[in-house]
Amino acid sequence: MFAYVLRRVLYAIPVLVGVNLVTFALFFFVNTPDDMARMHLGAKRVTPEAIEKWKLERGYDKPMLWNERAEGIDKATDTVFWRKSARLFVLDFGAAEDRRDIGAEIRARMGPSLALALPIFLVGLLVNVTFALGMAFFRASTLDFWGVVACVAMMSISTLFYIIGGQYVASKLWHLVPISGYGEGLSAIRFLVLPVLIGVVSGIGSGSRWYRTLFLEEMSRDYVRTARAKGLAERTVLFRHVLKNAMIPILTGAVAVIPLLFMGSLLTESFFGIPGLGSYTIEAIQSQDFAVVRAMVFIGSGLYIVGLLLTDLSYTLVDPRIRFQ
Amino acid sequence: MSALPVLLWTDVLAWLLVVLVAGYGAYCSRRPHLAAPWWRVFQAPAAMMSAVVLVAFAGIGLLDSVHVRPALEGGKGGHSVEALSMLDLALSGLRTRQEKTYSAPLATRLYQKETVELPGGRQTRDYPRLRHGGAHLADEAQATSDILWRAAAGFATALAMWFVAGVLLKRRLSRRHPDLAWTHAWLALGALLVVAGPVAALSAGGWHVLGTDKVGQDVLFQALKSVRTSLVIGMLTTLVLLPLGVFLGIAAGYFRGWIDDLIQYLYTTLNSIPSVLPIAAAVLMMQVYIDTQPGLFPTAAHRADFRLLLLCVILGLTSWTGLARLLRGEALKLSELEYVQAAHAFGVSHGRILGRHLLPNVAHIVIVALVMDFSSLVLAEAVLSYVGVGVDPSTTSFGTMINSARLEMSRDPVVWWSLAAAFAFMFVLVLAANLFADAVRDGFDPRVRIVARPVGAKA
Repeated sequence: MFAYVLRRVLYAIPVLVGVNLVTFALFFFVNTPDDMARMHLGAKRVTPEAIEKWKLERGYDKPMLWNERAEGIDKATDTVFWRKSARLFVLDFGAAEDRRDIGAEIRARMGPSLALALPIFLVGLLVNVTFALGMAFFRASTLDFWGVVACVAMMSISTLFYIIGGQYVASKLWHLVPISGYGEGLSAIRFLVLPVLIGVVSGIGSGSRWYRTLFLEEMSRDYVRTARAKGLAERTVLFRHVLKNAMIPILTGAVAVIPLLFMGSLLTESFFGIPGLGSYTIEAIQSQDFAVVRAMVFIGSGLYIVGLLLTDLSYTLVDPRIRFQ
Repeated sequence: MSALPVLLWTDVLAWLLVVLVAGYGAYCSRRPHLAAPWWRVFQAPAAMMSAVVLVAFAGIGLLDSVHVRPALEGGKGGHSVEALSMLDLALSGLRTRQEKTYSAPLATRLYQKETVELPGGRQTRDYPRLRHGGAHLADEAQATSDILWRAAAGFATALAMWFVAGVLLKRRLSRRHPDLAWTHAWLALGALLVVAGPVAALSAGGWHVLGTDKVGQDVLFQALKSVRTSLVIGMLTTLVLLPLGVFLGIAAGYFRGWIDDLIQYLYTTLNSIPSVLPIAAAVLMMQVYIDTQPGLFPTAAHRADFRLLLLCVILGLTSWTGLARLLRGEALKLSELEYVQAAHAFGVSHGRILGRHLLPNVAHIVIVALVMDFSSLVLAEAVLSYVGVGVDPSTTSFGTMINSARLEMSRDPVVWWSLAAAFAFMFVLVLAANLFADAVRDGFDPRVRIVARPVGAKA
């Protein structure tokens, strides 16, 4: 098993290098630091001196890949690529446009992001599995039909509407919770109730429909027929046999998502003013802070790869038929 | 002096897509084994109803995809710098009847108090009458009856058209193909007409059925314009995604070895980048490019159109991975089968095996995946435009509508109609697309055929 994990971890390295190269190419070749400087300094009437100063302040004035003027090892290290892109591997993200350390900012914002994303994930999983089980239990009945119709209808509503509508009804009409904001410690709960609720509700449509398909697939297996033939009650078949087996794809699918919870959710956080990584990313995109976007791309892909690794591992742990190869 | 046609990239590609779909339809109709799944699809009531709705949306979108620069009035020669579409010209009433600012649906007065001069020279703060909405009425008290009369007239016209369509089309079609769900198609058409009839009648009478937005533009007109943006994003993206996904997916599954490793590495890398970020990055980059090359674009419409096209390309480049992974799995399975081995034994070249033996046998997966992708792309557009990395701010889209409506919800009294219009249009479009996609999946799923057999029917 150790060898398997090691090999999977080693496989992650070229992927991360690839991501790094893609982002580097996107951010420094398609769009040169001069363009960035012009964009930030505004308009077209920018003096070359101002651009040079802007680049110098941020360390973009160095050569891209190879510094001819430097000595020894510095030829490779005293470059934009080394300073800005390769340093991401040791989790050195540099500074944002406002001169604040991105690493510190990310550490501070991870908490609120998780406080929002984790409850959405857990409650959502519970709710979706419950709904899906219900529909599977009453399969091919009117209840099942309208359940699926409701799911498709809920899937067809943009997340934006869930958020705007929920905010309007709960905060503006009924004054149940504050519209947006965040608090320290336990006081955060009243800010989090509504976003979590909206996050869960907006996921019900696609989630429960998908799980219903998984349950129905599982229910057409031979062992289910055997269980019924033994004379077990439908309830027992569903909860003791089907649920256990259908949880394999559900849980392994969920495991892939867990690392990405750290990234927070872009929309919910920015609408509710929660100071997490999602709103950080959106702010960076809107203020065109490339250093932050670059850092978030790198972290996001790293977490995605961790998710892939965890999925593979959980498959092998949950399902004894799959061996480490 | 006639109008000068304007060729926008997305227009050309949209019509190209129509030609491709029509060609595919003609190709299928002569081959029973290809047409069979489509017959199954259109036997489902939900599919037929959603198809009618989608065709209506597509009609609006295609009308909006023929652009011209109308000749300037009065002058000799010269064309307007503004590119207008057929839809703009057809709805020029809606487009030009602009108010000062917000007005509620079917209102006769503005939503904001202004200083109004009373007869007699005194000034007072009041809601002024609209320039167009109900302006033909001398007395506002007649507004309700005017609206009701017009709506009733529109409704009656719609009903008449509906019955004519029933007599002329439905009967004939059901006689030719009795097993298709024509009745449901007719019902869906009726629903559309019943909504569209009164709305059209009221709009023609100068009313703003869905109110006006901050700059006084008719919201209904904006919603209709947004349809094109959604369709372009949903459809053109597939033009980019399709060749990449299909070719790389099949090649990975068929050749295996280092090619498979390379392609798998490629899509794992692309997949691992959280999707909004590369799109955001690429759009920001492209914006810089567009800003630094102003000479490339003769009109603002060209620039907005270029950005829309780039958005489609970028979305396509980041979303082919799902299709490729599906096809790789299928190609892995298929290339083990006897008929592919037989082709090898006969010395058929790799290219021919890929094109003639593998591609037709994964086509159903491709079709289902494309149809399923459509609705998620439409939803993605709204989110991206909200984040600010979607379409050009001058392009009307559901995303830009929601984005501006978001601030209106916190106004007091609340301005809800922009959001409601965007919601209603988007909901109907995406719901129809989702239902259609479901029906297509059911029609193409080989397992459905197994279930249809008497044995093992319980599934």
